Amino acid sequence: MSLLTVHNLSIVARGRRLVDSVSFKLDAGERLGIIGESGSGKSLTASAIIGLLPAGLGATGSVRLDGHEIIGATERELTALRGAVAATVFQEPLTALDPLMRVGRQIGEVVERTERRAGRPHGKSDIRQAVSGLMDEVSLPEPERIAGAFPHELSGGQRQRVAIAMALACRPKLLIADEPTTALDVTTQKEMLALLARLVAERGMTLLFISHDLPVVAGIVERVVVMRAGAVVEEGPVRRVFATPVHPYTRELLAAAERFDRALGAA
Amino acid sequence: MSDILSLDRVSYSYPGGRPVLRDVSLSVAAGRSIGLVGQSGSGKSTILKLLLGLMRPQTGNVLFDGARLDLSDQQMMRTYRRSVQAVFQDPYASLDPRQKVQAIVSEPLRALGVGGDRRFMVVAALRSVGLDADILDRFPAAFSGGQRQRIAIARAIVAGPRVVLADEAVSALDLTTKVRVVDLFRDLARETTLLFVSHDLGVVASLCDEIVILDGGRIVEAGPTRAILAAPAHAYTQQLLASVPRLPDFVSGAPSP
Repeated sequence: MSLLTVHNLSIVARGRRLVDSVSFKLDAGERLGIIGESGSGKSLTASAIIGLLPAGLGATGSVRLDGHEIIGATERELTALRGAVAATVFQEPLTALDPLMRVGRQIGEVVERTERRAGRPHGKSDIRQAVSGLMDEVSLPEPERIAGAFPHELSGGQRQRVAIAMALACRPKLLIADEPTTALDVTTQKEMLALLARLVAERGMTLLFISHDLPVVAGIVERVVVMRAGAVVEEGPVRRVFATPVHPYTRELLAAAERFDRALGAA
Repeated sequence: MSDILSLDRVSYSYPGGRPVLRDVSLSVAAGRSIGLVGQSGSGKSTILKLLLGLMRPQTGNVLFDGARLDLSDQQMMRTYRRSVQAVFQDPYASLDPRQKVQAIVSEPLRALGVGGDRRFMVVAALRSVGLDADILDRFPAAFSGGQRQRIAIARAIVAGPRVVLADEAVSALDLTTKVRVVDLFRDLARETTLLFVSHDLGVVASLCDEIVILDGGRIVEAGPTRAILAAPAHAYTQQLLASVPRLPDFVSGAPSP
């Protein structure tokens, strides 16, 4: 049973077609990657899935998320789906965080909203406990200190962990990660990828992982969609696509990635 | 082999801040291609600013052809500017949007008062980065990131520098474009001396014959790239190398198209 079905999705801005007839499916519990360079339409596709396209962009086609049609849905319907069904972690965690609010409270607000929606009790101490549990789950050290910190007082990696904790607080079925490690140093990236892989497995979440980085994608998903200039050029299991790429563009991407990989010597 | 540029026991702190460089010594010897690798906050940008003569170290010296770089010595600085050129990270910010390609690329020739047929030199520089003379009258807005970086490289080499300093010069480029621009740097490195500053170990490994690893304002390891990657001695280099995401071993090894 597919959790997400994208069918003939096109996104147009001022007469320009930025995403062109994109179709793919994502089954519950599956981990899918979208690979693409700048201008491929990968991030716009992700935005359309949660009904968050920038103003001025129009989408046609169909995006069915957990049985609900997203294209043409009202803001009210979308608000009910966001978080409860899908939550997103972005490249730059600062875009998701309120710079003027202590991070513990930011996570707490998401917890409270989720519990209220679900009709569960949510007293102050329940929320505090849930926040502390989430911070522990994303391996934030010294939860007391970090909960009381403002976003700018944290490192990039810590901020991304806070953003992930906020996404988890929604208890989403689908986690969308849009270049979640691109802004991080390589040693922090390694920790973050391990964290995401663990959380997706432990919580049985479905993962849509968007990235330009082939080795990163190969390490975390089972199946990939390769996009170029708004269109899907190739799709399949990671093993098949990476071992025997069919489309010339996929071959070019892999040859480029291999060039830098091989220069590092044996792994 | 002579050092064109070097840092001799340099330390640097920004006003009111902790030291960003501690006792750093580094030699850019003629003919070499050196990769300076570090994560954010390692001090690599500060090293570049010192080598470019944009700041003075608090202790230690920046040496140019073995002599202390004296920013107030006009004759020395003229020779220095002729000898040292730079390429920066952001191809959208580093080219003046109001100037045509001809004016952008010929800027060092004008600034240095280089005589001769400047248009010919500009066209030759553009050709060597794979661009045609017919772009001379166009503005940067007409070009992609990769093409802009080629224009920036043409500007850096037009006056025939002895050293090119590159600061994350391919980091903002897409993968397929990155490969082509790295190839261009490799061609460039055959004819000149290159100091390539980057956080990307894979790029440096495929481009530079020497590598310098920087962590927390100190050089932790330096030497031939191949030897260091094969057997990193310092714990930090080992950690860095182990953190780089690698392609799975089922990737076919298909030849480049």
